[in-house]
Amino acid sequence: MSLLLPSIINGLTTGAIYALVALGLTLIYGVLHIINFAHGSLLMLALYAAFFAKTLLGLDPYAALPVLLLGFFALGYALQRWVIDWASHGRDQNILLVTLGLALVIDNLALFFWTSTTRTIDVPYAFEVVDLGVALVPLPRAIAFVGALVLAALLWALVGWTDLGKAIRAVAREKEGARLVGIRVEHIYAMSFGIGTACVAAAACLLLPTFYVTPQVGYAFVLVAFTTVVLGGMGSFLGALVGGLLLGVVEALCGLFLGESLGQIGIFALFILVLLLRPTGLFGARLA
Amino acid sequence: MLEAEGIVKRFGGLVAVAGASLRVGRGEIVALIGPNGAGKTTLFSIVSGFETPDEGSVRFDGAEIAGLPPHAIAARGLVRTFQIVQPFAGLSVRENIAVGAHLHEASRRRALAAAEEVAARVGLADRLDQPAQALTIAGRKRLELARALATRPKLLLLDEVMAGLNPTEIDAIVAVVRAIRDSGITILLIEHVMEAVTRLAERVYVLSQGRIIAEGPPASVIANPAVIEAYLGHGAAARLEGASHA
Amino acid sequence: MRHWVFGAALVAALGVVPLVTSSEFWLTFFLMALLFALLGQSWNVLGGYGGQFSFGHALFFGLGAYATGILQVRHGVPAWPAAIAAIAIAAAVGAALGALVFRYRLRGSYFALVTLAFAEVARILVASFDYTGSGFGILIALAPGAGNFQFADRRVFYWLAWALVCLGCLVALWLERSRFGARLIAIRENEAAAQALGIDPLRTKTLALALSGAIAGVAGVLYMQIFLFADSHIAFGPTMSVEALLAPIIGGLGTAFGPLLGAILLHALGELARHATGGAPGLNLVLYGVLLIVMLRFLPDGITGLARRRARG
Ligand SMILES: Nc1ncnc2c1ncn2[C@@H]1O[C@H](COP(=O)(O)OP(=O)(O)OP(=O)(O)O)[C@@H](O)[C@H]1O
Ligand SMILES: [Mg+2]
Repeated sequence: MSLLLPSIINGLTTGAIYALVALGLTLIYGVLHIINFAHGSLLMLALYAAFFAKTLLGLDPYAALPVLLLGFFALGYALQRWVIDWASHGRDQNILLVTLGLALVIDNLALFFWTSTTRTIDVPYAFEVVDLGVALVPLPRAIAFVGALVLAALLWALVGWTDLGKAIRAVAREKEGARLVGIRVEHIYAMSFGIGTACVAAAACLLLPTFYVTPQVGYAFVLVAFTTVVLGGMGSFLGALVGGLLLGVVEALCGLFLGESLGQIGIFALFILVLLLRPTGLFGARLA
Repeated sequence: MLEAEGIVKRFGGLVAVAGASLRVGRGEIVALIGPNGAGKTTLFSIVSGFETPDEGSVRFDGAEIAGLPPHAIAARGLVRTFQIVQPFAGLSVRENIAVGAHLHEASRRRALAAAEEVAARVGLADRLDQPAQALTIAGRKRLELARALATRPKLLLLDEVMAGLNPTEIDAIVAVVRAIRDSGITILLIEHVMEAVTRLAERVYVLSQGRIIAEGPPASVIANPAVIEAYLGHGAAARLEGASHA
Repeated sequence: MRHWVFGAALVAALGVVPLVTSSEFWLTFFLMALLFALLGQSWNVLGGYGGQFSFGHALFFGLGAYATGILQVRHGVPAWPAAIAAIAIAAAVGAALGALVFRYRLRGSYFALVTLAFAEVARILVASFDYTGSGFGILIALAPGAGNFQFADRRVFYWLAWALVCLGCLVALWLERSRFGARLIAIRENEAAAQALGIDPLRTKTLALALSGAIAGVAGVLYMQIFLFADSHIAFGPTMSVEALLAPIIGGLGTAFGPLLGAILLHALGELARHATGGAPGLNLVLYGVLLIVMLRFLPDGITGLARRRARG
């Protein structure tokens, strides 16, 4: 019993990261109506970027966050505009395949250049803890939790309350209509993809102090992110947030009661069940 | 042959069809008219199995069909066309029509031959080898009709096959539809082109805001004040009356 | 018509490879290309003709390989009946998966995701139990002999693979000329319109997935008998799923000979890449990824599509 609460808190902090990754994915899905199979690869790339920022430049991941945010926004924008859109002729199934192709390229280039060695960084605050009274939480995890929630709120405000957000929602709902009222659809697609990719960069910076990076790391995350997005309802922000937190807790509890390796199966089983029984997710609402 | 009774269909808060009933007898051409958004297409979708009604029953040849999937209803001989044309874009006209012919024809060769025959009936004979996406809007409407016809239906539901066509094209389609009826196929059609309705239909139903507000021969229905109001707004019948006296 | 002749010529040329070269390298090269052509054809049946893009075809390949291996190793079933049973299992799982997934109307991204998830679940499960070889994989004892479905002479396997690829092409040609194929293609082009014309999408797509599963199962069985070994990563891994979809997309989706053409091309490229880089791991996959993207941009209908365009104008 004494392990239960810390486990749940632990799950919530992981879940906040899942939510952040899933928010990016759900934004891209909501606007482009395709699943970005390269999302996990971009997360892996961002983890390496944060890793090298620390080891080569001595930049703390939290300090690197704004830089990476911008850098990955630009990368995502460029990928959508000049690779995905360029190659897919706007056909849904081709977009799906192009993102798969991107994932292949990014993952295997990483494997080639950085090998499959597991890398971690040393930060001075790694073992500091926050005392919540009922449980001790490692400081980086507490920061990750708060950071992820703040970023999720910012994203929500961006899409809900700004002109850009209005344009994004218009394109998500009816792209031809949006085009008619003068919205540059290709630009909005790329902006959405860029913002979705920036989410991944933020997740990477918050994650790295308590995590590791390998070329395969994105793969594990992207499946969780898919599950989160499906669980929360494709294109639903609130769904991604709640879904991410929920999955974090489920995973932590499965790990506690069933052991690590079966926890993974648990996530897949949940994923398939949700897909089959409720493909609109627990929160049917869409971005539009 | 077709009896729809008390059909209700809601989309969220919107009641698209609010207790509409209609009957079509064997060998008839019946028209369903009404202002935009009246629920005509929704009624077709219910009858053909693409939507399930919230209330009401649909009987075809004496058997209840509400709730059956579309393909099962089509197999019984009740086939619809789509208002927004739905061609198999990547296939040729011949292949498009052959898909319909395959409903009762297992052999590929005979289905393709049947496609040619049907294409001739609707005036697509010289377009057989063109890709469907190369057709003009008039051509696509004909293709919708041809595919449905190739299934050898008993009852054909035509959703605005004349919308967007010029008068010459309409003349041609009117003749085609009449020929289809003369070959023994019953027809229920949605149409905004009044001239076509008066020339083709023996009976007309008028749907407005999900309800049938009038029924009868075209001439009498068109003169019905309730119908005029439904189309032109409240008080329109009285204004028209006044105008013709002045 | 012309591309049909070209395809037949390609198949015929492949049939005489063992007669013109005795090089172990070339024989293995073409044998692998044939094996992946078969897997590609399996994907093509569902993805090319049916328009349902699976990202988890490794599931069926793996089932074929593992079922035949386990039946032989754990239950002493003779190789040939084991092979037949394995193919039947792959087909049955395809049918069951189709009935489940298509009933819930999963399409597009959702279908890709759910197939990927099923393949991953299978991979993890297989690696978790001793019965399925856990982390070590399945190893069939070497016992050459026709009765054991093991041939000391590589050429026998080659011709067997070749014959099966021919059969795969015939299945595709049958799809292009049959009512079932017409229905499947109609669903790919426009599901609502297909339904309106009396086509049952659930039934048609489920049958297509069963057929596709069976063909992938054949490829898996063949792989197992050739190498006498498979582990969960090889047989159920995402790389296999990617190989399955690349060949038909590059060769020409929904064409009878596209997967074969694509598989040969891919393996030539992969081999070149291996030589150029001295066998660095993963670089062939980088190349595949780039190729996929570039192909979609410049030849969205694959190489066969290019040939057709040339032929027309
Ligand atoms: N799938 C749906 N979801 C929500 N609302 C719908 C749906 N289909 C139709 N509606 C609404 O139901 C009402 C009736 O639509 P319907 O298409 O049946 O009208 P109609 O009589 O065919 O009009 P038109 O003459 O313009 O074709 C409209 O208000 C429409 O917006
Ligand atoms: Mg309508």
